[in-house]
Amino acid sequence: MAKITFPVEATHIMMFARAIGDTNPVYHDAEAAKNSEVGGIIPPPSFAQAVAQFDPEYHLRPKPDQKWFGSAKGPSGIDGKPTSSGGLHAEQHYEYHLPVHPGDVLTAETLPGKTWERESKRAGKLTFRERVTEYRNQKGELVITARGVGVTTERPVDQG
Amino acid sequence: MALQASALKPGDTYSERVVENLSRTQIVQYAGASGDYNPLHTDEVYTVQAAGYPSVFAHGMLTMGLTSKMLVNYVGAGRLTKFGVRFTNQVWPGDTLDAKATVEAVREEGGVKLVDLKLSTTNQDGKEVVSGNATARVD
Repeated sequence: MAKITFPVEATHIMMFARAIGDTNPVYHDAEAAKNSEVGGIIPPPSFAQAVAQFDPEYHLRPKPDQKWFGSAKGPSGIDGKPTSSGGLHAEQHYEYHLPVHPGDVLTAETLPGKTWERESKRAGKLTFRERVTEYRNQKGELVITARGVGVTTERPVDQG
Repeated sequence: MALQASALKPGDTYSERVVENLSRTQIVQYAGASGDYNPLHTDEVYTVQAAGYPSVFAHGMLTMGLTSKMLVNYVGAGRLTKFGVRFTNQVWPGDTLDAKATVEAVREEGGVKLVDLKLSTTNQDGKEVVSGNATARVD
């Protein structure tokens, strides 16, 4: 899989922290962060996921030259789309090796992991796919290891 | 600010209400910040009529982010060495979530003092939406 270049920017960190409702000054106040133990703005623990912004092929972002599966005039912009609910996120794990600050330029490389299946009463056959992403900084140092597990369900998850 | 190993023991807990009456707009905000525009999270028409769910629902990663707010307030910024979760139930607009950390162990590894935490985030019905684990450096 291609490597993705992920420039870490203070504004992006501020917006991400706002989205999770987190007013901790280390995410948006440069002066307060400088005077704290971390010595400068840092991203929230799950910020690495925002690497999606920098993946040119990311399939969950509408692109000007492609049909989008969300609603427009009709409920889906793609006719005949199977009623399957598509992929859901089952697990996410991070290991933090070194600090990350605005100005760092990370390189994310994703390696496919294990695949397994399980039957479930609530959603039929579940297919799990693991992906391990290594984030390295501009010095080539490993800063974060992320392990995500996605699940594809046979049908929408029953809410009963 | 940081936790003191000498003051921690297994079974200690810390909890916070991390969101009250989750709005669709906050889910939209998370889509924009994270870059995950899956319409299951923001597009009610698609989610109900094409995908077959009762309404849009939050990104698992938004619930992880909400859980991290409690976690960082407890252990201090820049103190985590590991943080992992499983998404056990969906989170819907209108949900109110409480995130809790429970001390499992206080230990030392290569001269570094660490605390192992069990994490659980539950909704207003007491249903667990995230279960997880974290490890943080303590003083």
